Amino acid sequence: MAVPDQTIPTHPAVEIQGVTLNYFTPDRETLALANVSLTVEQGEFVAIVGSSGCGKSTLLSLVSGLLPPSRGSIRIDGKEVAKPSPRVGYMFQKDTLLEWRTIIDNVLIGAELLGIDKIVARRRAEDLLVRYGLGDFLHSLPGQLSGGMRQRAALARTLCCEPDLLLLDEPFSALDYQTRLALSDEVAGILSAERKTVILVTHDIGEAISMANRVIVMSRRPGRIKSERKTDFPSFGPTRPTPFQARKCSEFANYFQTIWDELDIHQIH
Amino acid sequence: MMTSTKAALSHFVRFAPRSGSAPASAPSAAYAAYLRSLKRRALSIQLWQIGLVAALLVVWEVAPRAGWINPMLTSYPSAIARTFTRMLQDGSLTTHTLVTLSETVVGFVGGMLLGTFCAVVLWWSSYVYRVLDPFIVVLNAIPKIALVPIFYIWLGDIASIYAMAIAISVFVTILMLYTGFQAVDEDKIKLVRLFGASRLKVLTKVVLPGSVPTMIAALKVNVGLALVGVVVGEFQAAKAGLGYLITYGSQIFQMNLVMTAIVVLAVISSLLFIGIQALESTVLRRHGGVGGGN
Repeated sequence: MAVPDQTIPTHPAVEIQGVTLNYFTPDRETLALANVSLTVEQGEFVAIVGSSGCGKSTLLSLVSGLLPPSRGSIRIDGKEVAKPSPRVGYMFQKDTLLEWRTIIDNVLIGAELLGIDKIVARRRAEDLLVRYGLGDFLHSLPGQLSGGMRQRAALARTLCCEPDLLLLDEPFSALDYQTRLALSDEVAGILSAERKTVILVTHDIGEAISMANRVIVMSRRPGRIKSERKTDFPSFGPTRPTPFQARKCSEFANYFQTIWDELDIHQIH
Repeated sequence: MMTSTKAALSHFVRFAPRSGSAPASAPSAAYAAYLRSLKRRALSIQLWQIGLVAALLVVWEVAPRAGWINPMLTSYPSAIARTFTRMLQDGSLTTHTLVTLSETVVGFVGGMLLGTFCAVVLWWSSYVYRVLDPFIVVLNAIPKIALVPIFYIWLGDIASIYAMAIAISVFVTILMLYTGFQAVDEDKIKLVRLFGASRLKVLTKVVLPGSVPTMIAALKVNVGLALVGVVVGEFQAAKAGLGYLITYGSQIFQMNLVMTAIVVLAVISSLLFIGIQALESTVLRRHGGVGGGN
C-alpha cells in the first residue's frame, strides 16, 4: 500500500516458456514445436516467419488457448492460458465471415456469444465499420463484398470485443498483391493507433519486416526459434514508418536478405 | 438459369452507382439486340415444350381411336379427362389426393426431422458415428420397399404407410446431412470457439445455419422418395389414396382410373418440387446468392 507502483504489476503481454507440442496420428508421432520460448511486451508488434509447416500457426493456436501445449507454459498478462479468452482476438487467413449473416451481424457474433450488452456492442460495431469504409454495407451479405472489404469486416469483428492481444494468422495472404499492400498499411495504422499487442504469423518476409517491431524466424519442423531481430528504420527518422514507407527505406533490403538467408528457402529437398 | 442470371444482374445494379463510369443512359443498339435474342431464345424453348406435350396428347388420342393400339391397354386423354371430371365432381378424387398428399408431407417432414436429429447425434460424437457408421450404410443400402410387408404386419394399414415414407427418406437424409456438417469450414468453427462457444453453440451458430443448402438438397431428394414410399405403402395396405386407386384400377382393368391417378401423382410431385424450389431461392439468397448451386 505504501508503494503505489506495485498496484499495477506490469507483466509482459505474452510469455511463452519452453513450449513443446507433439501430436499423434495413427501412423506417426509428430513433434511440431520444440522448446519454444518467446516474450512479447505490451504494445509490441511481433512477426513470426517460417516456411510452411514449421508450426507457426500451431503456436498461435496454443497462445489463443484452443490447444494445450504438451510441455511448457504460456502466460498472457501473467496468467496461465487455459481456454480461449475474449481478451485475445484472432484473425484468419480466410475472412471466415458467416455468409448467411449480414456484415453487422457478423461483426456482432463475438458480442452475441460472449453475452456482451447488445446496444453497446452494436454502436461500437457500426462505428468500426464506418471507420473502415464499410458504412454503406452494414446490412449487405458477405457475398456482395470484395475480398479486401471482407477482410476489413473480419478485422472489425475481431476488434469489436476490444481484445488487448491480437493474433494474426496470415491475414492478408488470400488477397491480391495490391489489396494486400494497401490493407496491411491500413491495419498497421489501426493497430498502432489502438496500441494493441500483436503477433503476426506470415510467410511473407516483406510484410513481417514492414509491419512488425521485431521479426522471429522459425526453423523447419520441429519448429524452433532460429533468430530474432528488431526492425528499426533509423534512416526514416525518429518515428516508425508505415509499412508502405518502410518498404522504401534503405534498411529494408538488408533485413530482407538476412531473413531470407536464415529461412533456407533455396534448399529444396 | 433464369434466376441466377437475374441474381447476377441485380448484383451489378447494386454496384453500378458506385462505379461512377457507367452512364445511366439508354442501352446501345447492340445490347438491345442481344437482349431481344435472349428473349427470342427463351420463347422458342417454351414453344417446343408446349408443342411436345401437345404432340404426345394428339398421338395418344389418335392411335387408340385409329385402332393402331389397344385402347384397353392405354386408354386415351379424352377418356381420362372424363374420368377425372367425374371423380372430381363426386369428391372421390379430392379425398384420395388429400390422403396421399398428407401422407407424403408427414413422411418427408418426419424423415427430415428424424434424419437431422440422427445426423446431429453423429456429428456430436464421432465415437457414436464410428460405432454406427456401418449399420447406417447397410440400412441405407437395403431396398426399403422390401420392408413394406413387414411394416404392414407390424404397424397395420395406416401407420405402415407413414413408416414406409419415413424409412425411405431417413437414411439418405442422415448421410447427406452428416457429410454436410463435416464439410463446414473448420476455421468458422474455430472462430466461434475462440469466442468461447460451447459445442451446442457451435452447432446452432455455425453448423446448422451453414448446412441450410445441404438441408434443402436433402429436402429435394426426400420429396420424391417419400412419394415413392407412400405410393408403394398404399399398394400393399391402403383403403384410400392414389396408390390404392392405381392397384384397384389395374385389378378391375380400368386404365382410365390408373392413368388419372398417375397424372394426379405427377402434378403433386411437380407442385411439391416447385414449392421446395421457391423455398430454396428465398433461403439460399442468404448463402452467397448462388440460387441452384450450379
